[in-house]
Amino acid sequence: MGKGWCLFFLFWPVAAVVSCAMAPFVGWSFPYDNAQAASNLGIRIDDLFYIILIVTAIVFVGTQAVLVYALWRGANNREERATNVHGNHKLELIWSIIPGAILLFLAIYQMNIWADFRIKKYYPEAAVKDPLAEVTARQFEWRFRYPAIGKKLQQKPQPDDLYSVNELHVPFGKPVMIQLRSDDVQHSFFLPALRIKQDALPGLQIPVWFEANKPGTYDLVCAELCGWGHYKMKAHVIVQSEDEYQAYLKNLTQKQFYDGLGKIAAKETGTESEAVE
Amino acid sequence: MTTLNPSPTGLQPILNPQAHHAPGNFITKYIFSTDHKIIAIQFMFTTLLMMIVGGVLALAVRWQLAFPWESMPIVGPWLFAAEGGQISPEFYTMLFTMHATVMIFLVIIPILAGTFGNLLIPLMIGADDMAFPRLNMLSYWFMWPAIACFGMSFAYAGGPAAGWTSYPILADLAQAAPGSGTAQTLWLLGVTFIGFSSMMGSINYMTTIINMRAPGMTFFRLPMTIWGLFITAILQAFALPVLTAGGFMQVTDRLLGTCFFYPSGLVINNAAPTVGGGQALLWQHLFWFYSHPAVYIMLLPVMGMVSDMLSCMCRKPLFGYKPMVISMSAIASLGFIVWGHHMYTSGMNPAVGMAFMVATMMIALPSAVKTFNWTATIWGGKVEFNTVTLNCIAFLSMFIVGGLSGIFMAAVPVDVYFHDTYFIVAHFHYVLFGATLFGVFAAIHFWFPKMFGRMMNEKLGKTHFVLTFIGANGTFFPMHFLGMQGMPRRYADPYLHGYLEHLLPMNQFMTISAIVMGFAQILLFINIFYSMFFGPKAGRNPWNATTLEWTTPSPPGHGNFDFIPMVYHGPNEYAVVNGDKDFLMQTEKECLPSNETVATNTLDET
Repeated sequence: MGKGWCLFFLFWPVAAVVSCAMAPFVGWSFPYDNAQAASNLGIRIDDLFYIILIVTAIVFVGTQAVLVYALWRGANNREERATNVHGNHKLELIWSIIPGAILLFLAIYQMNIWADFRIKKYYPEAAVKDPLAEVTARQFEWRFRYPAIGKKLQQKPQPDDLYSVNELHVPFGKPVMIQLRSDDVQHSFFLPALRIKQDALPGLQIPVWFEANKPGTYDLVCAELCGWGHYKMKAHVIVQSEDEYQAYLKNLTQKQFYDGLGKIAAKETGTESEAVE
Repeated sequence: MTTLNPSPTGLQPILNPQAHHAPGNFITKYIFSTDHKIIAIQFMFTTLLMMIVGGVLALAVRWQLAFPWESMPIVGPWLFAAEGGQISPEFYTMLFTMHATVMIFLVIIPILAGTFGNLLIPLMIGADDMAFPRLNMLSYWFMWPAIACFGMSFAYAGGPAAGWTSYPILADLAQAAPGSGTAQTLWLLGVTFIGFSSMMGSINYMTTIINMRAPGMTFFRLPMTIWGLFITAILQAFALPVLTAGGFMQVTDRLLGTCFFYPSGLVINNAAPTVGGGQALLWQHLFWFYSHPAVYIMLLPVMGMVSDMLSCMCRKPLFGYKPMVISMSAIASLGFIVWGHHMYTSGMNPAVGMAFMVATMMIALPSAVKTFNWTATIWGGKVEFNTVTLNCIAFLSMFIVGGLSGIFMAAVPVDVYFHDTYFIVAHFHYVLFGATLFGVFAAIHFWFPKMFGRMMNEKLGKTHFVLTFIGANGTFFPMHFLGMQGMPRRYADPYLHGYLEHLLPMNQFMTISAIVMGFAQILLFINIFYSMFFGPKAGRNPWNATTLEWTTPSPPGHGNFDFIPMVYHGPNEYAVVNGDKDFLMQTEKECLPSNETVATNTLDET
């Protein structure tokens, strides 16, 4: 019966490996086109993921195979008694140093991806100087505030700011930065297609930058429990060309300041203006 | 005790073993008992009862994910007549909050420390009871106010709806969520009560292990089980006060109008709180400073128990006793400095994230060492495939998966994507269900004869194991794929979002697996209750194991030992020639052929 159990324990790692190998072909992989990230940083994150996946897959297959083999041998052991070994210094050293080195390599390897994503010093300068919009999360919607065309985003809302709800327009091919805020509880700004996630903390304004590399409409979801309606904080990020983006802003301006008589009643900038950054 | 002259067999008769506390009548014997074995059994039945509750909650969560907004079978029309039997999103948040709360605070932590800590510590170190038997009794009875608080919070006050992590502002301000009124305060009170219970336990365990070891039982002769429980007790003693303090701060925020955790300028439900000046991030630091070590509180005792059980079932000494102890201590001490890896996306200083990342990566190392040592223990052994072995191997196999997926979590940039998705859910269910609960199942089968004097049924045990293992893998492995596809946790209806629409069939498959797994647990309960009364009687040492508890009668009477055990060597002395046996109990000094004696001595050098 022991052999049957060995097969039982062998079946699961095999099933795991097969289903993982199948995953990219049946749509179980990363979301959107060909499972490829829609941002350059996202592609680097994916690459890091695959490196870790390869390392862990080798370790997984190796350890499970050795485990099943050891069981197989143990089930067929015809000796009167098992071998009396208490340990082995050399082996302990080998299996501490090798994983240690691999882990250290992984730790150091990923540092610059993290730095590029989160350390302010490494943010793209153009994006920092001219933030695209302010994103405010609240129960249960996303609000966006853009500066008026030709102006810069100010810390405080301005009379000529443009607003939209649950639809963020972004030009592709250039890094953009948003200022992330929350009005009430904690939320999290999650763009699965771009592999971007950042919590929105009440009381803090957190800059997030990303660079979309292909046009499309992507889901923006909330990844931090924010109440009963957490699941329905449904918004879209529409990535388009610079021209289309400007046209959108113009359209938004017209809609927002339409006075009912065919004129655009664009107001002057308010008195208090304190540039972000 | 130390002045006794050991007899050659290592046995010293005790004149009247029951003199120090005699069992009295039924109530003092079985209800308000100060006997550690009875308290262990009380803990076991309470936690198993709670496991049913937590499991049913999990099935309700899974029902919603497989058949969203459809009437729950059987209980639906009765519970929510007004909504046509369907789970509302409010109720859904309460379901997963309570599932986690019950499973962590009322099942896994108390079944390890409470049941096995109580049962095994005095027996394995050769003591007659815990150092503070009354404190021990109190630690059990403090579970009930906690259960009452959680129960009231769920059933009467509307249910806490901020997740088990209880992040402010959602948890901190009553108007932030529908169920966040009195329910959240009661929930915090429950956590405080269960914290008191754990604290009393951990003080008791530390004192007992340090002070009450039998003559000859040096620290490096302690069975691995005791090491696991000892290090866990230390972890608890240092980490738990932080959670209790944090919980207390949240209670004062809620009741007294302090504002530790919420900043100024919030607008919640169209109303602005009048005060502010706090910081939500503070809670996360305090919370994870406890709750990360808590992961090891839920794992280290099992690691210890599995070490002993595997060694016994393979008839081989544990491979690398000292490296195992060292890696356990390394996991525990590193466990204190890696809490920040739960907060990579939280907005804390990104430079700190790097430090946490390196420390987290390194914590995988001692875990790897342990895995290799367990495998090496099996290598060259004579494996007997009984229920205990099978559950131990399931522990090992699933711990490997959970450990490896942890590396993705440690890697900050990858974690940015996986944080709060189902990948995390897969990871911790592989560790907490896959590893911990399979270890617990093994331990129940292994020490059942010592608890009740009877053996458990093998056929039922194996059927339970097979169904649970299939169900667990079918439920938890696809969660990795859900995470990869970006499905966030705690969504009542993920199919609302375009990119998650196609996940319904996968979720339905998982729910069916979960139902299989849930129903399999009925076999465990049948087995326990049947075997308690009708199982074949067990002798003192049914497994031919080596540690001290197997020298006592099954079940042991008050005062445990009918002799004072003398300990001559480490645990797990299998595969040695000892008359017609292949093992050497810790109390046995002689019968070692000279060449085997050398092998035993190397134990102290490894």
